[in-house]
Amino acid sequence: MTNLTPLWEVFIRTRNGMAHRHVGSVHAADAALALQAARDVYTRRGEGLSIWVVPSNAITASDPAEKDEMFEPTASKVYRHPSFYDIPDDIENM
Amino acid sequence: MYTQALNNLDLPQNDEGDPREARFMARIDAEERIEPNDFMPEGYRKTLVRQIAQHAHSEIIGMLPEGNWITRAPSLRRKAALLAKVQDEGGHGLYLYCAAETLGKSREEMMDELVDGRAKYSSIFNYPTLTWADIGMIGWLVDGAAIMNQIPLCRCSFGPYARAMIRICKEESFHQRQGYEQIMTLCAGTPEQKELAQDSLNRWWWPSIMMFGPSDGDSVHSAKSMAWKIKRFTNDELRQKFIDATVPQAHRIGLEIPDPDLKFNEETGHWEIGEIDWEEFKRVLAGGGPCNADRVAARKAAQENGAWVRDAALAYAQKRAARESETLAA
Repeated sequence: MTNLTPLWEVFIRTRNGMAHRHVGSVHAADAALALQAARDVYTRRGEGLSIWVVPSNAITASDPAEKDEMFEPTASKVYRHPSFYDIPDDIENM
Repeated sequence: MYTQALNNLDLPQNDEGDPREARFMARIDAEERIEPNDFMPEGYRKTLVRQIAQHAHSEIIGMLPEGNWITRAPSLRRKAALLAKVQDEGGHGLYLYCAAETLGKSREEMMDELVDGRAKYSSIFNYPTLTWADIGMIGWLVDGAAIMNQIPLCRCSFGPYARAMIRICKEESFHQRQGYEQIMTLCAGTPEQKELAQDSLNRWWWPSIMMFGPSDGDSVHSAKSMAWKIKRFTNDELRQKFIDATVPQAHRIGLEIPDPDLKFNEETGHWEIGEIDWEEFKRVLAGGGPCNADRVAARKAAQENGAWVRDAALAYAQKRAARESETLAA
């Protein structure tokens, strides 16, 4: 079990001007093979303009079990939204 | 990552007659977005690096005049809004530095250019925030002017810049409203409060108008930026949009625009303003504004006082990495 084929995360830009989006992962021995595998697995119907592959173990992720501590503080900050402020309807261009 | 990769590709080249140049322009004309690893003429890259870095610096320096009032905000509501706004400006600076980094310039280099005066930032932040009304005025006028500038940038031909702008515009939508709400509140208050708002408008109106930069005839970078679709409207077009939107907002709450020549042209449907004092604009941009020295000094102090934290974090990461490779070797 020492020679495991590494896992790669695949990101695809589907349309001109959009950011790359995560679509899934592939196994491949190196970056060039990962790119080819990603093309074959994820863009068979012309879904892509460009592909990024990133070694899965290079990604540091937050723990979903800690999502409350992580994201709860924003819930009470309603003043970050435009609707918090009272502007009369007849004021235009605001 | 991009920084290193692109430095290798940064060969001196003569773009004239390069067949890739024609292909690049065809892509621009077809409204395709240019991405960091695509071919681009050196002039396009340099223009973008300069513009995005200036934009990022403006966000970061822009935190200073507003930060000045956080501890003195008149209520918890106003304090929370101001804190949230200043936090946003910091975040927006970071998105923009990242977009500039995709073009091969390092964050450290940009920071150095800001503190040693080689890089510019928006002239507006060299004016002082003397009263609480100035905080509302910045939200209403300065963010209002920034929005006029930034909305067309969401369609900029360079992908990372356009995407950063979309995020920024979305987050900023509360900035102008909270400012106008503050000014409305002052105008509905005591005569002294109303006077505070009028005095603030008197001081910020012309600097806000100047935020759009030199007139089209005098703007050195405009024509090329328009052809490359970095800019979609000229400085004067954006300035006019801002004036047309803002004058009625001032009148609605009983404020007077400090311009005796201001008049509405019935035929064109536009508000026309008096002469802009371009000498003042040049002076402030060149470093002669009321707060230029303070702003750069504050940024420099933050940079220097934070150096030990960055150094310590790096040393810790290196120590841990070394320990890990020792464990693996053992």
